[in-house]
Amino acid sequence: MNQLKFKGYLRPDGKVGVRNHILILPTSVCSSDVAKFIAAQVPDAVTFSNPNGCAQVGRDLQFTLDILSGYACNPNVYGTVLVSLGCETCQLDLVASEIEKRTNKPLIKLDIQESGGSIKAVEKGVRAASQLSSQAACLEKDWFPITELMIGTECGGSDPTSGLAANPTVGAMSDLAVEAGATVILSETTEFIGAEHILARRAVNKEVGDRIFEIVYRYEEDLKLVGEDVRAGNPSPGNKAGGLTTLEEKSLGCIHKSGHAPIQAVFEYAQPVTGPGLVIMDTPGYDAASIAGMVAGGCQVCVFTTGRGTPLGHPLIPVIKITGNKITYEKMIDNIDFDASPAVYGQQTIEEQGAALLHMVLRAASGEKPKAEALGFTETSIAKICNFT
Amino acid sequence: MNDALKIDRQDNVAVVIRPVKAGEILCYTDFEKGETQLTACTDIPIYHKISLLPIPQGTTIVKYGEHIGQASCHIPVGAHVHTHNVASVREDLKSL
Repeated sequence: MNQLKFKGYLRPDGKVGVRNHILILPTSVCSSDVAKFIAAQVPDAVTFSNPNGCAQVGRDLQFTLDILSGYACNPNVYGTVLVSLGCETCQLDLVASEIEKRTNKPLIKLDIQESGGSIKAVEKGVRAASQLSSQAACLEKDWFPITELMIGTECGGSDPTSGLAANPTVGAMSDLAVEAGATVILSETTEFIGAEHILARRAVNKEVGDRIFEIVYRYEEDLKLVGEDVRAGNPSPGNKAGGLTTLEEKSLGCIHKSGHAPIQAVFEYAQPVTGPGLVIMDTPGYDAASIAGMVAGGCQVCVFTTGRGTPLGHPLIPVIKITGNKITYEKMIDNIDFDASPAVYGQQTIEEQGAALLHMVLRAASGEKPKAEALGFTETSIAKICNFT
Repeated sequence: MNDALKIDRQDNVAVVIRPVKAGEILCYTDFEKGETQLTACTDIPIYHKISLLPIPQGTTIVKYGEHIGQASCHIPVGAHVHTHNVASVREDLKSL
């Protein structure tokens, strides 16, 4: 499998991107609209609404800082224009220094209050981003081995076909990718609950196995501290309508995404991920915030299974949608890239589908746009202390 | 052609892969018995679970060979198994 490769962009920090984005990065909610106005005028510029970044403390603030700096460091980003209001908790220099610790890619800082208001800040931002955009356009793509690829895995709007076909297909893809030297991230700690013993048995050593139990118990305990039970929100009404009865059933289906490879390490939310092999990141089951953590960790492409169907994408990475539900595939064909339902009806094997999916991943990494990207889905979210279920 | 899938040999439920009406006879492949027939006693939506055995109240529901909950009332064979007759139970899985 060593010949598996993709076309990407070599970054000055040695990483390889599969897109060449200019990131207009709002440090808080107060600079999100200005970031949007800048991005609208510059080709290849991407942005998103950051609902956080101010009036946060401790771990909450750290989650936001880690997502913001992780986004700028993601290999799919050529360079970043950092947009701050000026007085928020996520101070411009604080975010900039977090980014500069980890990458030497282009970074331009913009302060709305210092610039003399939003109109002047937008003007400065557009000039800076245009300059980055024209530099980025000079970069040529090259072929890279799959060992440079970090693939995030996610499931959302799950139903029983997720555990029957879509997640096992992602698992087969993951096994092939890991065997060829790639890094694959399993996420969504809430959806390990009831299946944590199976994952822990697959850990490379006792320390990693204990960490798996630890992140699951910590997640449940955190919610109990505020008097809540994770089961009140998970499975969701849609999961239940689809046929998932309990969180344990959902989790046992969810973990199929990780295939059969040994679990090498457990990473905290939004921390830089190092491979190769299969690793876990501690993320919420809330898709937008979970993908965010993996993107901040460095993943360049995500494979996302769904039973009910979801259009969700990400501003920085291609997100490939796969369903094992033949009705959903037909109903939501505009939003779904891969039909895994033939395996439910014995028309294809999980292994055949996994190999086909890996080729789709490599094509997406090389530039082919999955539907979420082609349609412009760019919303994202950030984990919180009183976390999502 | 199967109408339901039994995922693991220990499972006491299967997943129906087409919409099912009460009274219909379904086919599934059992790990020991091979091709097996089962009569549905309730309507069951596509991809939902059907009981393969009578499941007394308090019995563990097994899917993927693992525990997914407990029967909150007696479940006859061939019935729709879902939130109306199954409760989630948090087990201590670390001691397994």
